[in-house]
Amino acid sequence: MNLLGKLDWSAIPFDQPIVMGATGFMGLLVVFVLGWVTVKRWWPTLWNEWLTSVDHKRIGVMYIILGLLMLLRGFSDAIMMRAQQALAAGGAQGYLPPEHFDQIFSAHGTIMIFFVAMPLVIGLMNYLLPLQLGVRDVAFPTLNSVSFWLTASGVLLTNMSLVIGEFAKTGWVAYPPLSELQFSPGVGVDYYLWALQISGIGTLLTGINFVTTILKLRAPGMSLMRMPVFCWTALASNLLIVAAFPVLTATLAMLLLDRYLGFHFFSVDAGGNPMMYVNLFWVWGHPEVYILILPAFGVFSEVSATFSGKPLFGYRSMVAATMAICVLSLLVWLHHFFTMGASANVNGFFGVMTMVIAVPTGVKIFNWLFTMYGGRVRFTVPILWTIGFMVTFVLGGMTGVLMAVPPVDWQVHNSLFLIAHFHHVIIPGVVFGVFAAYNYWFPKAFGFTLDERWGRRAFWCWFIGFHVAFMPLYALGLMGMTRRMQHYDNLAWQPWLVVAAAGALIILAGIACQAVQLVVSIRARGQNRDLSGDPWNGRTLEWSTASPPPAWNFALLPQVADKDAFWNAKKHPQAREGTYRPIEIPNNSATGFITAFFAVVTGFALIWHIWWLAGLGVLGAFVATLFFAFRDKEEIEIPAGELAGFDRAHPAGVAP
Amino acid sequence: MNIAVEIRPAALPAVLPITSETAAASKRIVAGYGFWLFLLSDIIMFAALFAAYAVLAGATAGGPGGAELFSQTNVAIETACLLASSYTCGLMSLAVNSRRRVAFYVAAVVTLALGAAFLALEIREFADMIARGATPQSSAFLSAFFTLVGCHGLHVAIGLVWLIVMMAQVAVKRFRASVVRRLLCFSLFWHALDIIWVALFTVVYLMGVLP
Repeated sequence: MNLLGKLDWSAIPFDQPIVMGATGFMGLLVVFVLGWVTVKRWWPTLWNEWLTSVDHKRIGVMYIILGLLMLLRGFSDAIMMRAQQALAAGGAQGYLPPEHFDQIFSAHGTIMIFFVAMPLVIGLMNYLLPLQLGVRDVAFPTLNSVSFWLTASGVLLTNMSLVIGEFAKTGWVAYPPLSELQFSPGVGVDYYLWALQISGIGTLLTGINFVTTILKLRAPGMSLMRMPVFCWTALASNLLIVAAFPVLTATLAMLLLDRYLGFHFFSVDAGGNPMMYVNLFWVWGHPEVYILILPAFGVFSEVSATFSGKPLFGYRSMVAATMAICVLSLLVWLHHFFTMGASANVNGFFGVMTMVIAVPTGVKIFNWLFTMYGGRVRFTVPILWTIGFMVTFVLGGMTGVLMAVPPVDWQVHNSLFLIAHFHHVIIPGVVFGVFAAYNYWFPKAFGFTLDERWGRRAFWCWFIGFHVAFMPLYALGLMGMTRRMQHYDNLAWQPWLVVAAAGALIILAGIACQAVQLVVSIRARGQNRDLSGDPWNGRTLEWSTASPPPAWNFALLPQVADKDAFWNAKKHPQAREGTYRPIEIPNNSATGFITAFFAVVTGFALIWHIWWLAGLGVLGAFVATLFFAFRDKEEIEIPAGELAGFDRAHPAGVAP
Repeated sequence: MNIAVEIRPAALPAVLPITSETAAASKRIVAGYGFWLFLLSDIIMFAALFAAYAVLAGATAGGPGGAELFSQTNVAIETACLLASSYTCGLMSLAVNSRRRVAFYVAAVVTLALGAAFLALEIREFADMIARGATPQSSAFLSAFFTLVGCHGLHVAIGLVWLIVMMAQVAVKRFRASVVRRLLCFSLFWHALDIIWVALFTVVYLMGVLP
C-alpha cells in the first residue's frame, strides 16, 4: 500500500527543457508576487477585502483577473502550436515532440473555453448585473464566492498538470475510446476531468445564483421589459448554464466511472457506446458557445447605444432574438458530428435548425447597425471593438451556415476550415466583446479611464492579427489539412502556416499594447479620474452611482419608470425624496476559499489515487460548510450617517 | 452546501410582493426560488443518466438483464419507505411552520429512519447482485443501472446527513430565519428525490421486467 498512490518523482518531467523552463518561469513569478505582497504588508488587505470578500464587484474583478492571466497561458500554447506547424513540414520535425504537442492543443482548448472565456464572461456578469438591476448584491453572495473559488481550483489543477504529471493528449473534448484508461493510461485525462468537474460545479452555482438575481431581485419598477439588454442576455446565458452544465457533470462522471472503476459507458467492449459520449458532450457543448457569446452580445448592445447617443434600436426584437437563441441553442448539437452516420433526416433536421439559429443572430446585427445609423457615433475604443466585431463576426457566421449543410460538412469535418470557423466567431464575438466591456466599464470599476491611444493600437493589432492568423486556415482546410497535426508532408501548406504564425505574432503585439495601456493608464490615473461616475454619458443604472461604487452600490434604491432609466433621469431631473436607512450587507466569509482549498486537495488526491487524502479533502470541505452554517453573525450594518456622508462626498450623476 | 444567505432581515411581509413591479422579493422567496432552480438542474443531471440508461438498457453483453435481477418485493418495500418518508417530511414542515420543536424532532427522526431503511434495502440489493456476479463492470447495462440507481441513493444519503445537520441546527440555533429557510430547502430536496424515484421505479424496475 503506497501512501502517495501513483505519485513519485518520475511525475516531474526533468528531462523536458521547455516544460521545466515554463515551470521555472511561472514559479519565479508566483514567488515574486507573494514576496511583493509580503514586503508591502498587503496580506491583511488581500485576505480581508479580496480573498474572503462576498461583494459581487470584488468577485467580478477577481474573475476577470483570473481570465486575463489564463489568456496569457492559453495564448502561449497557441503561439507554440503556430510555431511548430510553421516549422514541422517534410523532413523537419519542429521543436515539439508529438506527446508534448498533443498536450498543448488539449490544454489550449480547455483553458480558452473553461478558464478564459468563462471567467471573463462570468466576471462581467458578476460586476454588472446588480448594478444594472439597481440592487445591492446578487441573490446568494457567499455562494458567489464559493463559485469563484471553485473555478480557481479548476485553474490551479490544470496548471499543476504542467509540472506534476501531464495533461490530457485527447483534445479538449476528450472523446472516448481514446480517453478511456485503456488508451490514455496516464493522469492527463484525470487532470482534465477533475479540473472540469470542480470548476463546473462552481459554474452551475453561478447560473442558479444569477437567474435568481435577475428574476427575483430588481429595483422597484424595473419590470422585465425595462431591464438593460445586457441583463436579458445574461438571463439567457445563465438559463443555459442551469440547463446544460448538469449534462456535462453527468457525462464526465460517467467517463470517470469508466476510468476509475472499470464501468462500460463509453468503452468499446461489453456493450459500451462511445458515440453516446459525443452526443452528451455536445448537448452541453453547443449551448456553451451561446453561454459565452450572449453576454458579449449584451455588451455590444450597451456600447452601441451609449456611443451613438440613441436608445437601442428594436429593444423588443433584441429580447426576442436573445430568447430565441436561448431555446434554439439546445436543438443543434448534432451538427458537431454529422459524420456520425445518423440518417439523412436526422442530419437534415439539425442542419436546418443550425441555419435557423442564424436568423435571430442576423436580427441582432441589424439592430446594432440601425442603432448606429443616424446617431452621432463617438469612435472610442469600445465602439471600435464593436464595429470590428460586426464586420468580422458576420463572415465567421456565414462559414458556419456553410458548414450547417451536411454534405459540405462531410468535406471539411475536422479540417482547419472548422478551426478557422469557430475562431472566427468566438474571437470577434467573445474576446472582442470582453475587450469592449473592459474599456467601457473599467472607469466604473476603478475610478479612472483607460488610455485611448494604446487601446486603439491594441484593437488594430488584434483586428489585423486575427485575420492574418485565421484566414489562411480556411484555405488550408479546403486544401485538406486536418486539425491537430504535429507534422505534415505536404510542403504546399507551409507558406500558409508561416503567414498564420505571423498573424499570431501580430496578436501578441496587441496583447503587449493592452499591457502597456494598463500600465500607462495606472500611472496617469491622476489626470483621468472619473469623478462624475458617468464618464461616457451612459444610459443604465450602473452609471448613476459613484466610480468605483460603494460596497452597498446604492444608498437609496433607484426607482425605475422606463427603459434606459438613468438616461431618462438625466433628461427629466426630479428631486429625489428619501431618507437614509441603515443597510445590512453580508459579512465576509472564508467559506469559499477554504472549500476550494479542500476541493483542490480532493481533486489532486483523486488524480493520483491517494485515497486517504481524498477522504480528508471531502471531510474538510464538509466541516468548512458546517462552520458557515453555524456562524452567528451573518451581516454587518452600515449606519445611515455613513451612507449619507458617502453620497455627499460623491455627488454622482442624477439619482433616478 | 448552504444556499440561503442573508441579505436583509427576514421579516415575512403579510402579503408577499409581486416581484416584477415592486422591487426585490423577500429572502424566503429568493432562497426557495434558487433552490428550485438547483433541483431543476439536478433533475437535468438525472435526465442525462436516464438517457444513458435508456441507450444501454439492452447492452447486457451476454450477461443477465433486468428481468433476472430485479426483485419486485424488495423494490416495493423501498418505494413504500421513501414515499412514507415524504409524508413524514411534510409533517415536519408543518411542525416547523408552527414552531413546535418536539413535533419537529419526532417527524425528523421518523423521516430519517425511513430514509435509512430505504438506503439499507438498496445497499442490500446492490450487494446481492454483486455477489451473484452481476457487477457494474460486467456489462454496459449494469454500469448504467448501478450509476442511475446509485446516484439517487447517494442523494438520499446526502439528504440524511443534511437532515441530521438540520436537527443539530434547530437544537443550537432554534427556528431562526436562516434555519427555517434551510428546512424549507431540505423538504423541497426530499420531495424531489421522490419524484425522481417514481421515474426511476417506472423506467428501471417496471419497464425492466417487461417480457
